[in-house]
Amino acid sequence: MENVVCTFCGSVCDDGVFEDGDVRKLCALGKSKFSKKERIKAPMIDGKEVSYEEAIEKAAEILVEAKRPLLYGWASTVNEAIRLGVLIAEKVGGIYDQCASVCHAPGTLALIEEGVPGGTLGSVKNRADVVIFWGANPVEAHPRHPTRYSVMAKGLLIKDRKNRKVVVIDVRETKTAKLADIFVQIKPGYDYAIISALRAIVKGEKIEADEVGGVPVEKLYELAELMMNAKYGVIFYGLGVTQSRGRDRNVENAIKLVQQLNRKTRWVIWPMRGHYNVVGAGEVPAWEVGYQFAIDFSRGYPRFSPAEFTAVEALVRRDCDAALIIASDPAAHFPRKAVEHLKKIPVIQIDPHPNLTTLLSNVVIPSAIAGLEAEGSVYRMDGIVLRVKKLVETEYWSDVQILEKMYEEVVKKVG
Amino acid sequence: MLWIKNGIVIDPKNGIEGEKMDIFVKEGKIVEESEVKKEECKVIDASNKLVVAGGVEMHSHIAGSKINTGRSMRPEEMRVVRNVAGKFRAVVGRVLLTAPGIGYEYAKMGYTTAVEAASPPIGSPHTHEELDAIPILDKAALPVFGNWHFVFKFVSEKDQEKLQAFIAWAIERTKGYGVKIVNPGGVEKWMYGSNVRTLDDEVPIYGVTPREIITEVVKANEALNLPHCVHIHCNNLGVPGNYETTIETMKLVSGMKNENRPVLHVTHVQFNAYAGSSWRDVSSGAEEIAKYVNKADNITIDMGQPIFGHATAMTGDAPFQFTLHKLIGARWSNKDTEIEGGAGIVPIVYLPKNPVHALQWAIGLELGLLIDSDKVVISTDWPNGGPFTEYPYIMAMLMSKRMREKELERVSPYVQKASSLPAIDTEKTLYEVIKMSRSLPAKILGMENKGHLGVGADADIAIYNINPNEVDPSAEYDLVNKAFRKPAYTIKDGEIVVKDGELVAETWGRTFWVDATKKVSMEAIEADLDEYFQNYYTVERINFGVDERWVKKPARLEVS
Repeated sequence: MENVVCTFCGSVCDDGVFEDGDVRKLCALGKSKFSKKERIKAPMIDGKEVSYEEAIEKAAEILVEAKRPLLYGWASTVNEAIRLGVLIAEKVGGIYDQCASVCHAPGTLALIEEGVPGGTLGSVKNRADVVIFWGANPVEAHPRHPTRYSVMAKGLLIKDRKNRKVVVIDVRETKTAKLADIFVQIKPGYDYAIISALRAIVKGEKIEADEVGGVPVEKLYELAELMMNAKYGVIFYGLGVTQSRGRDRNVENAIKLVQQLNRKTRWVIWPMRGHYNVVGAGEVPAWEVGYQFAIDFSRGYPRFSPAEFTAVEALVRRDCDAALIIASDPAAHFPRKAVEHLKKIPVIQIDPHPNLTTLLSNVVIPSAIAGLEAEGSVYRMDGIVLRVKKLVETEYWSDVQILEKMYEEVVKKVG
Repeated sequence: MLWIKNGIVIDPKNGIEGEKMDIFVKEGKIVEESEVKKEECKVIDASNKLVVAGGVEMHSHIAGSKINTGRSMRPEEMRVVRNVAGKFRAVVGRVLLTAPGIGYEYAKMGYTTAVEAASPPIGSPHTHEELDAIPILDKAALPVFGNWHFVFKFVSEKDQEKLQAFIAWAIERTKGYGVKIVNPGGVEKWMYGSNVRTLDDEVPIYGVTPREIITEVVKANEALNLPHCVHIHCNNLGVPGNYETTIETMKLVSGMKNENRPVLHVTHVQFNAYAGSSWRDVSSGAEEIAKYVNKADNITIDMGQPIFGHATAMTGDAPFQFTLHKLIGARWSNKDTEIEGGAGIVPIVYLPKNPVHALQWAIGLELGLLIDSDKVVISTDWPNGGPFTEYPYIMAMLMSKRMREKELERVSPYVQKASSLPAIDTEKTLYEVIKMSRSLPAKILGMENKGHLGVGADADIAIYNINPNEVDPSAEYDLVNKAFRKPAYTIKDGEIVVKDGELVAETWGRTFWVDATKKVSMEAIEADLDEYFQNYYTVERINFGVDERWVKKPARLEVS
């Protein structure tokens, strides 16, 4: 089968070729998604194998009996499943949160402050003569991004790699930096100051310092000059910007820089989103209940409060008394205090593969792998929707089947 | 089966003007009396009540990436709680609304059909996912064509055959309903940091002009005989002096005729009806536009009425949105989209004492009053002009000079000299505002079973607590305004969904889409499609678009 859509990273490449259980054209990360890996064998309650129906009924019971269950994950499943998750969270008065709250949510906070002047990856491929990767390392995290969309990609106005200047701004010389025409190494935690300096230069103000954040001022002038002379520029920012000192304020500052640049020429800015459908995990709840993440339904209507209702906050404060974890592994990635609380409360897991979270889950529900064994729609990092396909048959229920049944059970119990 | 008894019916399409009569409903359709068994009917006593068709919204941003980014960037909009979860979904939103809220609020006003007015083609699966999350209403979406490179190419080659094939292909692939054009050529120029200023400015690379794009696309639309005419958001939106561009645009179709509907619908004209040369001397160009539209026999418009209070500007007119951002200093989102166009979002608030805002408000009403009621549709261009939930206010204002006089007292005196509103004595009748919100939009959209109560129509019905033969809308404007906010019943496909202004049932409507592929030869554009997808898109051609089976309740309209 051709034109297979990959369900690994936010690049969501849609040109894979699937034959005899093997996939071609995709990167190593993408290929791993399609290769055989350890699976959760069967649904389990407290380690005992049960039927899907029994596991789902038990899960529904836990969710309904809890005062405020946390429903977390969602970045690696399809929109149809996410929608059901939001509906269940609303029904049981729980919390809906998703992986963005530990990666790119600062970008959403910046969106709230300033909006986001952006474009699709196709705009970049066709038009961008200056591409900046800031705190992002696509060569390792989004391996085909440079060839398909940003560095070597050819399009309408950019016919050759030589038509494009690529800049990497990072705290260390990453593999992506090796692809760049210009590498700017900055001191960790100085993103905000450097963006401010660039804003000042673009505005025509003078910088009264020799260096900012480890970068000589002359180099910043050169960079600002390059930005102002671009015909169509893009800043792709990564976790280096959102998860270092300043977080959402870094992004907000960069957006203000882009606003300013648009008074002279064209610039866009966009986050390098990680999981293949982490965008969907925000878009779906936004249209269903108004917000992207950190949503509490305990009062019967959605409330958004990142300082209270993100998964880590709710767990650390012991403010949830059950959890449904889907397509994610918080036991491996969350802070110790959060995991400690997770160990104390009933946990339901939905995932194709066993992980650390499986070990602390009371109800484990194995699912089909989206994009290989189940179909559905997903949002690429730039919001472009793609339909991932079902390529092989499976005995496993899909996330959608599981959650449809769970929703049905929840409705039965709460009315 | 329903028997709506003794209602006072206004049904402009069928020439019924306040007659006492019974309406019968069977299997979601309006039927003859002889078709139903009366003893099996649920009887609705509509004595002394106004019975009309369900409202038809022809231009609103109800689904897709724009409205959803608007929600994400404006949590302050979402903090108004409208409904707590229970029998129905939780709903939040001040002017912006969640998807379930859109369905509920339209139904609670007696509206039963709504069209998403601008869907980026590559974003069409997103648009449909959101349409599928809107309960009750029948829906459709208009993909945007005016800055799509395929269109530039075929227009520059003056190849009507290819343009027609492409439009048919695109509407089928996006499961769209018709052809929308937004600032043709101007959004492409935005990719280079500028905009078009006249109908003769050239688009880079292709050398085509807005004049050529509009003319050729309208020709193609007419050759395909699509149910809906071309639906245009004109060039120069939001620019003082732009009323001239609007009239020039209208003139492009002079001489063209379609017996069933207009050949061009010009949307949210308020934003394109400014005279003057700057915001300092801006005034209304509504009279000139009204004169032209009234004289023409092939053009309709909708108002784009601003409502004082909060709003969110969101359009496919990306360069305009940037100008607005600079003008008012508000947040700004932008989305350049592959080789298709772009979009932007900027929060705004219309203040009655602000001279420009008051003028915009006055211009919307001037258009509604000065243009014949079979050529102007009620709209706020939600959420651009403000909430659609204020349609009852607009209807009441159109029907009452006294209400307008009272409202004029609270707005900037600038409107006294810059618009003709204070001098307009016209009072539209109930019959006319029902036309402007039902039969006319249905006719422009080419939805034969919508907007009327004749036999065979969809049983989408609104019943309001006013008797048209007794009420005096001119004097009793408060009563009229209140009545339209709280239907006694809203009936969708024969089911009662709203009673006494409260939601009583959640149903799921259809999504209409138009299939004109049989009218064209796809062969003509195969090579072009392949070339552009290979070179300029970032998705494979086969992965572009929406399959019918992904849509919850698709309703295909084949054009033959």
